[in-house]
Amino acid sequence: MTTFTDPYASSQETTEGRVYSVTGGDWDSLVTEIGATKEERVVLNMGPQHPSTHGVLRLVLELDGETITETRCGIGYLHTGIEKNTEYRNWTQGVTFVTRMDYLSPIFNETAYCLGVEKLLGITNDVTERATVIRVMMMEFNRISSHMVALGTGALELGALSPMIFAFREREKVLDVFEMVSGLRMNMAYVRPGGIAQDLPQGALSKIRQTIKELRHNFKDNEKLLVGNSIWIKRTQGIGYLDLAGCTTLGITGPVLRSTGLAWDLRKAQPYCGYENYQFDIPTTDSCDVYGRFLIRMQELEQSLRIIEQCVTKLEKLEGEPVMVADKKIAWPSQLSVGADGMGNSLNHIREIMGESMEALIHHFKLVTEGFRVPVGQVYTAIESPRGELGVHLVSDGGTRPYRVHFRDPSFNNLQATAAMCEGGQISDVIAAVASLDPVMGGVDR
Amino acid sequence: MSENGMFGAKGSGDTSGFGGLVNTSTNIGVTQRPFGSYFDQVADDLERAYPLFSDAIEKVVVDRGELTLFIKRDRLFDVAKILRDQLKFEMCIGISGAHYPSEVGRELHSVYSLLSITRNQRIRLEVCVSEKDSHMPSVVEVWAGANWHERETYDMFGIIFDNHPGLTRILMPDDWPGFPQRKDYPLGGIDIEYKGATVPAPSQRRSYQ
Repeated sequence: MTTFTDPYASSQETTEGRVYSVTGGDWDSLVTEIGATKEERVVLNMGPQHPSTHGVLRLVLELDGETITETRCGIGYLHTGIEKNTEYRNWTQGVTFVTRMDYLSPIFNETAYCLGVEKLLGITNDVTERATVIRVMMMEFNRISSHMVALGTGALELGALSPMIFAFREREKVLDVFEMVSGLRMNMAYVRPGGIAQDLPQGALSKIRQTIKELRHNFKDNEKLLVGNSIWIKRTQGIGYLDLAGCTTLGITGPVLRSTGLAWDLRKAQPYCGYENYQFDIPTTDSCDVYGRFLIRMQELEQSLRIIEQCVTKLEKLEGEPVMVADKKIAWPSQLSVGADGMGNSLNHIREIMGESMEALIHHFKLVTEGFRVPVGQVYTAIESPRGELGVHLVSDGGTRPYRVHFRDPSFNNLQATAAMCEGGQISDVIAAVASLDPVMGGVDR
Repeated sequence: MSENGMFGAKGSGDTSGFGGLVNTSTNIGVTQRPFGSYFDQVADDLERAYPLFSDAIEKVVVDRGELTLFIKRDRLFDVAKILRDQLKFEMCIGISGAHYPSEVGRELHSVYSLLSITRNQRIRLEVCVSEKDSHMPSVVEVWAGANWHERETYDMFGIIFDNHPGLTRILMPDDWPGFPQRKDYPLGGIDIEYKGATVPAPSQRRSYQ
């Protein structure tokens, strides 16, 4: 019998027989060499169900230890095809769709869309002042409720639980106002082409005044918890850095842009809805970091309250004015009154169309079944949403349905900054950076 | 402008249900100088900064207080760079697409909204390509923020942006067939039945023109 040495498996004789092991050859030294140059590189998949990624955002992080070397975003998990769907509904029905895009700022989606439709119709200046002031008031309330979620969840994600409780308490008060005015707390479809769905109910202004007072008082709670809090500052200061050049090339707007010291706010720069007639300031910081953005949002709450107060004063003077354009070929025919069940019928309107006026019935029928025709053309309208520039690109082919509706959602655009903000930082800071962008996936994916 | 279908109804609105026979187009013509507002200034500045201006511009449209420059696709990148560097349109706010099957040879449009913070102005660029050769240059090198917008436009319309750093689908799944926002792509949906009556799916309902 000839014996030979197996180069890959050494063997030794034992009382139990021959035992082979796999540690033969020069593998030992080879493995040591691999170990010497080994990199601890981990690809971590965060999301789409991670609680701190604001819904269904997926982040793919490449880590070297705890340091992030590469970040990628995966989006599209909440894509619902709203833009396509609106092409098969009339212009008024579009409101009900677009309000569901960025679900934390429904009034902004509706207003941006309606301003676009009105521009296409050429009735921008015919929208009544009362309707415009109510729009502004609702938008600013919405800014508060949206910022409350941004601040509350942002803090929660970094481990501060109490701010969330206070923030949602305040948000609840704002949603109560929404419910009182529109009948719904979210996705109201309240702003309509040509005006708003219905006028304020009886006693709304005094309730709103009361809410302003409560909110102003309660905002201090959150301020005390976080502003100047040393742990909060350590988690947010110098984190998620993005300077003006970065913001510009990435098209970033909103609080992130204002945290670079640039006071760019469309309400001041390119006023719409009569914002030039209101007194308010644009808070800025120049720290370019998460803490700066947090401070801006905090200060914007007070500015929104200031605007709402001015709206209430204006609305008192505009009591009884119409809230829809006079043109009966565009104005949604009924003035629904809010019943005990939230929404209701307008008995006066039914009496008119069924018993009194044939023309009113025809208008009602034509508008509700077909909708109004919008002249050929395309427009782009932009407003300042809580997250930045919310733009709407509308194309009409002259029919009763939109030819193309495109929303330039600020969350979609701003998420592109994730990599710039996170790479080179620590993994725990990703959460802070993303929270400071305040992305809402409903708006990102549409 | 709409051409009228078989009953010749005009203006009154056709409630016969034959509204689907009306052909429409979204062409609103060409605007000649003076454009009004700051638009002449923008055109002048661009002309001065870019010697090939007249060759690059297909047409100019001013409508509803907005300026649209139709750019030939081969010149898009140059024009974009000059608009950013010399006319200070620092931000490409977004890119939207549109599909006009009736415009044969230039069915697919990509629409760029540009914003100048320095000058507080907005303009719009529009580039048209055909379905068969749906290539146009990417402007990601000019505005990094155009990245996702171009991906979305590719995803929805199938416009291919050459030299894009990673042109993949962004909203739809990676292996999705077709381009959902094209007009020949069906909406889908099923009929709704309620107490024996059937309401057709949205895409099957009557359309009024």
